Amino acid sequence: MEDRDTIICRCEDLTREDVRKLIEAGYTTVEEIKRISRCGMGPCQGRTCHQLLVREIALLTGKDPAEIPPHKARPPIKGIKLGTLLAGGEKHD
Amino acid sequence: MTKMSADVVIVGGGIIGCATAYYLAKQGVTDVVVVERDFLASGSTGRCGAGVRQQWGLKMNILLAKESIKAFETLNEELDTGLDIEFKQQGYLMLAYTEKMVEQYKKNVALQQSLDVPARLISPAEAREIVPYLNTDGLLAATFCPTDGHINPFTTTNSYAIAARRLGVRIMTGTEVTGIEVKDGRVVAVETSAGKIHTNAVLNASGGYSREVAAMAGVDLPTYPERHQILVTEPVAPIQGPMVISLHHGFYCQQTPHGSFIMGFGDPNELKEHVVSSTWHFMEEMAAKVLPVLPPLAQLRVVRQWAGLYNMSPDAQPILGEAPACRGFYNAVGFSGHGFMLGPVTGMLMAELISGKEPHIDISPLSLERFEKGELLREPSVV
Repeated sequence: MEDRDTIICRCEDLTREDVRKLIEAGYTTVEEIKRISRCGMGPCQGRTCHQLLVREIALLTGKDPAEIPPHKARPPIKGIKLGTLLAGGEKHD
Repeated sequence: MTKMSADVVIVGGGIIGCATAYYLAKQGVTDVVVVERDFLASGSTGRCGAGVRQQWGLKMNILLAKESIKAFETLNEELDTGLDIEFKQQGYLMLAYTEKMVEQYKKNVALQQSLDVPARLISPAEAREIVPYLNTDGLLAATFCPTDGHINPFTTTNSYAIAARRLGVRIMTGTEVTGIEVKDGRVVAVETSAGKIHTNAVLNASGGYSREVAAMAGVDLPTYPERHQILVTEPVAPIQGPMVISLHHGFYCQQTPHGSFIMGFGDPNELKEHVVSSTWHFMEEMAAKVLPVLPPLAQLRVVRQWAGLYNMSPDAQPILGEAPACRGFYNAVGFSGHGFMLGPVTGMLMAELISGKEPHIDISPLSLERFEKGELLREPSVV
């Protein structure tokens, strides 16, 4: 399969080609690629794409994946509606 | 370690540092090094709400913001890096809920119009035409300026950096400034984790860490960090044009071109420390502040929250210029939450100042000396 047809980040519709171009342009950390492309910033919070992105960085930079720092995980763990936050706890729909 | 030297060393790879590096190089000062501890825009720049507005109550702020927005309008073409700064120029809507605020906004708009900023005072009904789902209960009036907007801070900072590099600027990321050497009241070198850089000009553009960096040169700054929190929702189809600001509730809320909503509020009890963690309390309070004014946003899912540091000054105005106590040590700090939008104009002015030219806008009222002289500036319209 072509790099341009292979999806790395489903939430933000980023292909392997997109990600590889960024790494080749010098954005070689997860945090930089996340900020410049929104990779991992979607509703899945990077759960799907993060490992794939680390793998691409490792492949292109020759680094050991274990040495590539993971992205900063930010709350909430799962998307939560503003309306739910306003309503407060104890209730279920 | 190799021996290095530069005409100018810039401490901090945020918008101020990268823009100044670009404008210095553009006017021929290309022997410039930007030293950034982490990666570009990793500090306050990349954590900000990224709104850009000219609707201020002080002439100085209006002039600076107007110049910045003019630069942002053509920045993609000027820097020509292939990155898009994503300037969404659909205005700022500022809501007024008290008579006192309406009076202040009337004065602000008169001043803004006198400086050719196209802001106007509008009725609640007109505000609803701009944001159809705005709940106007209790709203007395609003001001709207169509040329304000929102910009992507990551692509903007990286664009400046790429364009600066193309002109010869060196950018050292992952490099920490550990000391500044001063001899006979003048800067002579900057010590970094990658070695010493000999130089006679240093720009402190270190945002939340401005006080610590200045102290390395023996310069005492009255600045301090203050945490501000922010959240972003899932993206949806475009429904909101302008940034909506309510100084009464203390919040701002904008839909980015990407579709997500970014919002935050000012909390007087926030930590005044180097802390960028986020709190659960913030999300709940944010929902309570924004939803009564913009009710349909209740359906949006928050996907992420984070925090960044305002670099506060005693009068919430920036400190620009050479430090009287140390020749060659320049500050562009203390933006108090408005540094990103002032990035381009600050870069131009600091480049002029450092290269020995007369700044094209008189920035002497923003000097560090104002605090000693007691000539503080008072901006009435801050979040």
